[in-house]
Amino acid sequence: MGRLYAIEVIYRGIFQKTLATRITRSIVLAAHEEGKQGISFGRYGDSPERNGIPAKGFAIVGDDQKTLEEGMAKYEPKDVDVTIAVDDTLCKGVESWAWYGLQPVNKLLKPGGTLLVTSRQQPEAILQMAHRKETPYDLAIVKGTVSFSGLWVYKDDHTDVRILGAIAKILPGLFSLKSVQKIIVDQWNDPVKAESAARAYERISSVTVQPGQGNPEVPYKFNLPKWHEMGEGIAIPSIPAGTTMEDPATHATGGFRPDRNPTFKKYTTRTMRPVVNFDTCIKCTLCWLQCPDSCFDVTPEGLYDANMQACCGCGVCEAVCPVKECVTMVNETEFEDNASQWEAWRKDKAGYEAWLADKIKSRPERSHGFRYRGQYEEQIPEMLQVAREK
Amino acid sequence: MATATLVEEQRATDKTALITGSEAIAVACKLADVDVITAYPIRPYDTVMQYICKLVANGEMDCEYIVAEGEHSQFEIVKHACACGARVFCGSSGVGWMYAMEALTVTPALRIPMVAMVGNRALDDPGAFGVEHNDALTVRDLGWQLVWVDSAQEALDTALIAYRVSEDRRIFLPCAISCDGAFLTHSQALVKIPSQEKVNQFLPRYNRADLQLHPDNPITVAPQGNEDWVMEIRRQNYAAMERVSLVLKEAYADFDRIFGRSYGNPFFEEYETEDADIVLMGMGTLSTPVRVGIRKMRTEGKKVGFVRMRWFRPFAAADLAESLGRFKAVGVIDRDYSFGSPYMSGVLTTEVRSAMYSAPGPKPPVLGFIAGLGGREVTVPDVEKVAGAVYQAAEGKSQPLTQWIGLRE
Repeated sequence: MGRLYAIEVIYRGIFQKTLATRITRSIVLAAHEEGKQGISFGRYGDSPERNGIPAKGFAIVGDDQKTLEEGMAKYEPKDVDVTIAVDDTLCKGVESWAWYGLQPVNKLLKPGGTLLVTSRQQPEAILQMAHRKETPYDLAIVKGTVSFSGLWVYKDDHTDVRILGAIAKILPGLFSLKSVQKIIVDQWNDPVKAESAARAYERISSVTVQPGQGNPEVPYKFNLPKWHEMGEGIAIPSIPAGTTMEDPATHATGGFRPDRNPTFKKYTTRTMRPVVNFDTCIKCTLCWLQCPDSCFDVTPEGLYDANMQACCGCGVCEAVCPVKECVTMVNETEFEDNASQWEAWRKDKAGYEAWLADKIKSRPERSHGFRYRGQYEEQIPEMLQVAREK
Repeated sequence: MATATLVEEQRATDKTALITGSEAIAVACKLADVDVITAYPIRPYDTVMQYICKLVANGEMDCEYIVAEGEHSQFEIVKHACACGARVFCGSSGVGWMYAMEALTVTPALRIPMVAMVGNRALDDPGAFGVEHNDALTVRDLGWQLVWVDSAQEALDTALIAYRVSEDRRIFLPCAISCDGAFLTHSQALVKIPSQEKVNQFLPRYNRADLQLHPDNPITVAPQGNEDWVMEIRRQNYAAMERVSLVLKEAYADFDRIFGRSYGNPFFEEYETEDADIVLMGMGTLSTPVRVGIRKMRTEGKKVGFVRMRWFRPFAAADLAESLGRFKAVGVIDRDYSFGSPYMSGVLTTEVRSAMYSAPGPKPPVLGFIAGLGGREVTVPDVEKVAGAVYQAAEGKSQPLTQWIGLRE
């Protein structure tokens, strides 16, 4: 038996589908340069056509065909050498579909494995999000603006090759920088991309994460029912309509909070979330009406509170809100919990005002898809610049 | 006599009528007070839709009668109506049945107790009206209950039994009643029509309970499911099909009690098997020439019996294997084909061999015969030829495992 390597890429549906595929394919091709055998595949049960939903791709490599087959016996690897999170907000966890629960980003990492994250954050910020693990592992950050693109286009900001260069350093037994540079030029005929890989190879460094470090939250999970415990006829009882809300200050009740699917929360589907200035809201209803996920709860006084169980962070509310800075999208890394903003505002208006002003500073640099022709061409030089910074 | 009394008397009395197999099914639909019927013409099934149409037009039957724009819609409409709690009837033939295939596939998965009539017809091409069993057999793995009848009387009775079993909460699976095109669908025979009172006593109302699609019972039916769920859902259907045997036996016992007509073993019917050396097997109306042939051969001292499979799904494998173990050889006549199957035999033959393989008792040789395709007659000399080959096998002489009978060669 030779050595077996397993690498997973956790990515966001639609926006990073092509990025993830380019990474897993290139891992196999680079390893094959050195005589190894490998396969690259996306997890079939995922639906990568859903906006922002966490999904996975894998590269499995063996020193020889027999070793590779050992790794292919299970479709989704049970442990991996490297977990690549191509968006740092994925470090909050992975909720891919109903009943999946909240699975920590580092769940599949072998002891001593590496969590590789693309981010502009420092390791401390990443560890506030990533759950604690019983065994130590390494955290490495490929510094850069998180790469998002649209359904039909790919934003070639070198994130793919920078990650590949970093892997050559992290797992030197898998492939060398020379091999990965060769397949980069073979595939994309761009020596500048090969240089980006080399730069990432030189700069990547990692810190060791000890079992006590990380997000102390206990991730929620479900036990799937046995066949005879399930209802028959593929029929699912509807979710009850909903209830009124209670004002935490006055205990007055009113408004409407729809009940939501208890087995599919969207806490980790977002890369950004709306924050609401309740003092300037004119109750026009547009955010509530346009939200594709019905995420807004109606408060007793007729305000709209974005419920983080349902918000996918699409930004439609911000786009339709007619009041300046009443609804503002903020980078998801800025939040440590999913608490109600309205309740915080009701309890302490001055405190909320200060909190809001602080959050609004972190408007996301990311975008889902592009809003005008030529946007990516404008963004890419800046992203490459960020990548070159020390 | 007052009219009301006359009507009441009619309701309470059995009658005899000269009707076709299709008409018998139509009468069963009337007696079962079916709520929603969808139709789309294709021969030979279309006879049943014509008869139901006539019953509705004459004011004898009250139902929603919808002529769809094709078989796929036809089966989809009743599927949905049945999910809403309506007792439904549907049917088709040959490639019409195939055109509905997507709807036929999802119906058992959703546990819809639809009752359908298949007027068995050869699949195109060539376009032919005559009987072959391949149309109905295409759903044999999907969770449909499949039954073959050989007389108009049995068609009527089986339709009532099909509603009773399919709509049982323990089952909730669809049932297709196969009637051989022409020989059954277009031939009139004397049929005892039971009284409405007796039918009401036998057949309870369809109650979909917690699975009923209704604004007062908000449910989502048929959502997308991933690999976390599909296997458990299939296992539920497996369990439902497993329960059919028990519920079917209950229904046949009750049928006998209420209507005074016994079918014996519900799953297969034996003819002249007590002292038989060899037996022939088959499904549907070929039973007539086989029985006649057997009587002729018995006058010549040949002890031949016949086993007619009635219920193909569920397949009473253990009972059948035990019964067949009594004979020296078995000859199965298939009115179907399964090209490339084990030994190139027909579908029934392959199933019988499979049932025999794991049987604890004796395993006589099983020969397969393909006959009567496309509506060609299975004649008494054909039956004698089959029996001759089976006798050869019984005597240990080599015989091809699959033979074509009645072919120009």
